[in-house]
Amino acid sequence: MFERIWRASLAPLMAAAAAIIISSIALIISGNDPIEAFREMWKTIDSVQSVVIIMNVSVPYYISGVAAAIGFKMNLFNIGTNGQYLLAALIAGWAGAEVSLPPVLHVPFVIIVAMTVGGSWALIAGILNVTRNVNVVVSTIMLNYIAIGISAFLLSEFFRDDATGGLVANTKLMPESARLPALNPIFELFGVDFPPNVELFGFLPFAILLGAAYYVLLNRSLFGYELKLSGMNPAAALAAGVNPKRMVLITLFMSGAVAGMIGLPFLLSDPSFLKYGDAFPTMIGFTGLGLALLGRNNPVGIAAAAIVWATIERATQRLGPIGIPPEIGKILQGSFLLSAVIAYEVVRRRNDAAAVAAAAAATHEISDSSYEPPDNLSTGQGAGAPV
Amino acid sequence: MTATIDTAPPEATNGTSFVHSARFRIFALVLVGIAVMSAARMIADNPDLTSSGTFGVGLRTAAPIALAGLSGLVAERSGTVNIGIEGMMVMGTIFAGWWGWEYGPWMALLGGLIGGMLGGLLMSLATTTFGVNHIVAGVAINLIAPGVARFMASELFLGVQGGSVTTSPGNRGEIGAFTVPFLSGGDLFGWQSPDILGWFEDTGWFMVADAAGFAKGMTTSVTWDVVITIGLFFGIAYLLWHMRLGLRLRFAGERPSAADSLGVSVHKMRYIGMAMSGALAGMGGAVLVLFSNRYQENQVAGRGFLGLATMIFGNWMPAGTAIGAGLFGYAQGITLRTNPGDLVRTLLLAAAIGLILLVIWMVVQRNYAPAGTVTVFAVVAMWAYFAAESPNNQLVFITPYVVTLIAVSIGAQRLRPPAEEGIPWFKGMQ
Amino acid sequence: MSDEQGESPSAGVATGVAPVAIQLTDIVKRFPGVVANDGVNLTVRSGSVHAIVGENGAGKSTLMKTLYGAHKPDEGTITVNGKQEEFSSAKDAIAEGIGMVFQAFMLAANLTVWENIVLGDEPGSRFSLNASAARSRIRELGQQYGLEVDPDALISDLGVGDKQRVEILKVLYRGAKILILDEPTAVLVPQEVDALFASLRGLTTQGATIVFISHKLDEVLKHADAITVIRQGKTVGEIDDPSNVTSRELAEMMVGSELPTPETRDSTVTDVDVLELSGLTVANAEDGARNLLDDVSFTVHRGEIVGIAGVEGNGQSELVNAIVGLTESTGAIMLDGRDIGRMSTRERRDSGIGYIAEDRQKDGLVMPFLLWENAALGHQHQPPYGKGPWMNVGGARTQTQVIVDEFDVRTPGINVPAFTLSGGNQQKLVVGREMTADPKVLVAAHPTRGVDVGAQAVIWDILRDARAAGLGTILISADLEELIGLSDRLLVMLRGRIVAEVDPASVSPADLGSYMTGATTGAH
Repeated sequence: MFERIWRASLAPLMAAAAAIIISSIALIISGNDPIEAFREMWKTIDSVQSVVIIMNVSVPYYISGVAAAIGFKMNLFNIGTNGQYLLAALIAGWAGAEVSLPPVLHVPFVIIVAMTVGGSWALIAGILNVTRNVNVVVSTIMLNYIAIGISAFLLSEFFRDDATGGLVANTKLMPESARLPALNPIFELFGVDFPPNVELFGFLPFAILLGAAYYVLLNRSLFGYELKLSGMNPAAALAAGVNPKRMVLITLFMSGAVAGMIGLPFLLSDPSFLKYGDAFPTMIGFTGLGLALLGRNNPVGIAAAAIVWATIERATQRLGPIGIPPEIGKILQGSFLLSAVIAYEVVRRRNDAAAVAAAAAATHEISDSSYEPPDNLSTGQGAGAPV
Repeated sequence: MTATIDTAPPEATNGTSFVHSARFRIFALVLVGIAVMSAARMIADNPDLTSSGTFGVGLRTAAPIALAGLSGLVAERSGTVNIGIEGMMVMGTIFAGWWGWEYGPWMALLGGLIGGMLGGLLMSLATTTFGVNHIVAGVAINLIAPGVARFMASELFLGVQGGSVTTSPGNRGEIGAFTVPFLSGGDLFGWQSPDILGWFEDTGWFMVADAAGFAKGMTTSVTWDVVITIGLFFGIAYLLWHMRLGLRLRFAGERPSAADSLGVSVHKMRYIGMAMSGALAGMGGAVLVLFSNRYQENQVAGRGFLGLATMIFGNWMPAGTAIGAGLFGYAQGITLRTNPGDLVRTLLLAAAIGLILLVIWMVVQRNYAPAGTVTVFAVVAMWAYFAAESPNNQLVFITPYVVTLIAVSIGAQRLRPPAEEGIPWFKGMQ
Repeated sequence: MSDEQGESPSAGVATGVAPVAIQLTDIVKRFPGVVANDGVNLTVRSGSVHAIVGENGAGKSTLMKTLYGAHKPDEGTITVNGKQEEFSSAKDAIAEGIGMVFQAFMLAANLTVWENIVLGDEPGSRFSLNASAARSRIRELGQQYGLEVDPDALISDLGVGDKQRVEILKVLYRGAKILILDEPTAVLVPQEVDALFASLRGLTTQGATIVFISHKLDEVLKHADAITVIRQGKTVGEIDDPSNVTSRELAEMMVGSELPTPETRDSTVTDVDVLELSGLTVANAEDGARNLLDDVSFTVHRGEIVGIAGVEGNGQSELVNAIVGLTESTGAIMLDGRDIGRMSTRERRDSGIGYIAEDRQKDGLVMPFLLWENAALGHQHQPPYGKGPWMNVGGARTQTQVIVDEFDVRTPGINVPAFTLSGGNQQKLVVGREMTADPKVLVAAHPTRGVDVGAQAVIWDILRDARAAGLGTILISADLEELIGLSDRLLVMLRGRIVAEVDPASVSPADLGSYMTGATTGAH
């Protein structure tokens, strides 16, 4: 079991090392001291407040990563998650503030609205793909920008809370019955001392639930089996009786539905938001793509990736005052991602070769497959067969 | 898997008269297009729809998209699916913003080229040498590039007048433009030549004025970077189909094992392809910087993906890609004019008119079922034109993306991507 | 298999031993876990047509890759025309006049003949491809060697025979004097084989040396001047006078033991219809082109194997896809009296259609999936693999172990990915999983393609046992021995239609070939 963990962490650790080296070089080139930078970064995260902030930031990142991963598992690259969650957050934010329900119903109501909007928006790309053979990458990104425009329009024309007035547009504040309380009391029971005004947002349990559901879906459900099957080998999936069009539609809807949840932590549990407005964070969808890649589409891996990502962000927040560009965090993140992606591939190929050798040694029969990883990736959706 | 000894009688080839040839079809389509736009212009009384001003702007906004499309084309033809064009354009913008400010517009172009090329080579390292899934690598590049840009901006522009983490100070000078003499009133050794096309445009005659507007837009105040862009299309086409390197590049995308068996280094070809792809994307970013006169965060705004769409729309051929870029560039250019809302509305009318013509054509062809669906769309478009008021800025912003989406939805037939693109290749593979 | 003692073509050649063109001595090549070449010797004389025979996995291709420069041997020497050589790449071999024609053609379908031929050696300057020079050179070569092909044709428009010509022209264009052909007749019919060897013989009169790899022993005996037999990575026989050898003796050298004979014994055919096809037709996507499958009607009975013979590309794949439901078709498909023609693939499989796909790596298995995940393929929603919306991982594992044990799948365990298994074991897994699902009808497309002789024999036994238990099978194969040996009835397909029905017990391969090419129209 420990060997499995070691095997799984080898590549990310190598990538982390590479990232640190690359970032240090960047710092040195720009005339900064990397050691000082890392020391300050460590100091920053070494506090209860920082841990709480990191966890809070990780939650929407995690949801975004899972949304992307659902698509990735089927080789469907839903890169329009930004637009899906912004539209979902707008409509859910507006709808949630318009109704009044008991808390037990109000929160699920908001969640369901968000998931429905996000899923439906992503479904458009699915329908275009299934009926008109439109490349999913292109359609989701176009829909992304269309969603941004539409939500800005809807917010300023229909959904804005006129009471607040001013230059910034918002929906109405989410009523009490839809707010998830902070989780501080639970941890205070274990002796954790929270500084004032530091709250662990209440959406965290939902994110954990989402991760568990994702795990069950992938590994124990028939749909998950057929999902992985369709992603790995579409031809075999057909022969096995899977309906490819149905798979595309369902998968994109699910991916979009989860994406729709990205805005919910802010709407339901972050006291500085609790409404949708111009100040709403807009780039979490893209981040999730990277997290899914870092986490290898695995429910635990994505969580780790989200936490690491958030940690880097938090750690670099206090670098400005000591004269180090906080943007080094982006270099850390970026080089980590690229190194990880390469390291995963290298390790995978090595492991595959080792597996073949082990099997050959055990059975005295050599494998003659010319297997390569799933490769139906052309933007024209169809690699031709060799002559 | 084709029949080998099929001795079936050869298909009767009726002599294709001009009326049935592909050339005629394209010619007819162009005429119909001009007519539709002209009719919309006249009905809505919106001369700006087909004015030389609009087309001129459209040309400038088309250029970065066209370069992005060309970038994708070169990459995919040589076997790498390049989703990272967006990131490479971002690299182009930051380098162009930097060199444009420090040294001037021509250096901005060079800087953009280099910045994009770096991105291309980095991606190729992942995909070609390490065999990383192409789309994964592209997504990674797209995520990394803005971070790098931000970091560079913080080092270069912070504290400089007019600069910040999100924007560079302005470029040092402009790149200059030229206007064709006689046709568009260009300068001929200091003498202002007559503006023939402009005269035709001002008449407002059906189809004539619109065609003149288009022609004048293409020949007035054309900046040199746009000229270079057009030249690149011809250059890349020549390279791919008439040069040794181009043949080898194409093989790297169509059948790398064949190339390898004949002594051509597939990896080298794919690296060259990606270097070129990155350079082209970077130049696209540079053109953007020249247009706005500075680097700005989030400048690229999806143009890399628009470029991908034009490549698909153009069926991986330079000519088609250019047309697609023109279409999307026009749609984006509209959003920059004085009354974009009105223009979008007029465009909607043009779409409605075109759809009605399409319905008539389909009925004549006895294609009743699809005619029904198209009728629905036509009615909706007509209603939208008459009932709705001009969309405001947020909705105007989405026009090029909507146009793109519609274009790829319609044009997705008989696509012929390079046969083995997107497949990581290593020695020993069949 | 008759004992053929064909006249060796070199019988009439003047004595005076020709110089040695190629000498491979004690070649050793190792891969992780296996020694592919374990001291192989090969002597090829100039101007001869030399055959290398061996079963799948014996090491023939590995040896040829060494000769061709695709890899270096771990031990041993290569001597070409008297000079010792070391090839670090294909280019080195090409420079020495060695050209390889691959079994799987190395051609880019979307490009033209001339582009495919001149790649890497293009006429013209660095800045300008001289296409017309390329075209004229190709026409010149075509006429000189009798291998005419249109230089501007797209590869995707050519038939198999023409594609092979392009491959041969490729090596001739580069001045190859020693041609190596890997299983050149795998996709050809007897008459085309003769035409090919006539061309090759013509090449030798112009000074070329031909080496070809084959496992079709009757062809080898008919056309080769000399034969080298390889078994398990070693040279076990060097025959300078093929007229003295029978194909049976050759086969036994190849396998090293008694050959399994695919002869049938008692007939198990019943008169109960299990699958009835009437007027099955698959239209062509292009308007006006002939139907891919045209009005096919026949019946399969319980306990019967119906073999389908035909040159690849004459509708066999479409027949398979139509029955399994992967292609739209018109006409009736009755399974046990029920019309399954409107059902989805899943429903058809649930109703009792078993399917062994032609390409196991593409359609039959998912290479990175573990064995138990692959065993579930096609039946994943049914017990023991799954139930309702859930997968039954434990049940799937147990069932997989049963399959592995019963069908002799050699594997270190059931939790390994499929790509670690050899082709034969992969295929046994596929066959096993289909059989344990208790089908009524089995559609088996090329069930022993690319499978070693041992596994092939196992699979044949499985098919025969299943037939005896009442299974009705449609067997599509390019292996005439397999078809003749296993089938109770043999149908021939040409251009999408059934053009002949023959009795496998009495038909000869030559006659069969005639029906397959349409040279004669058969009893139907």
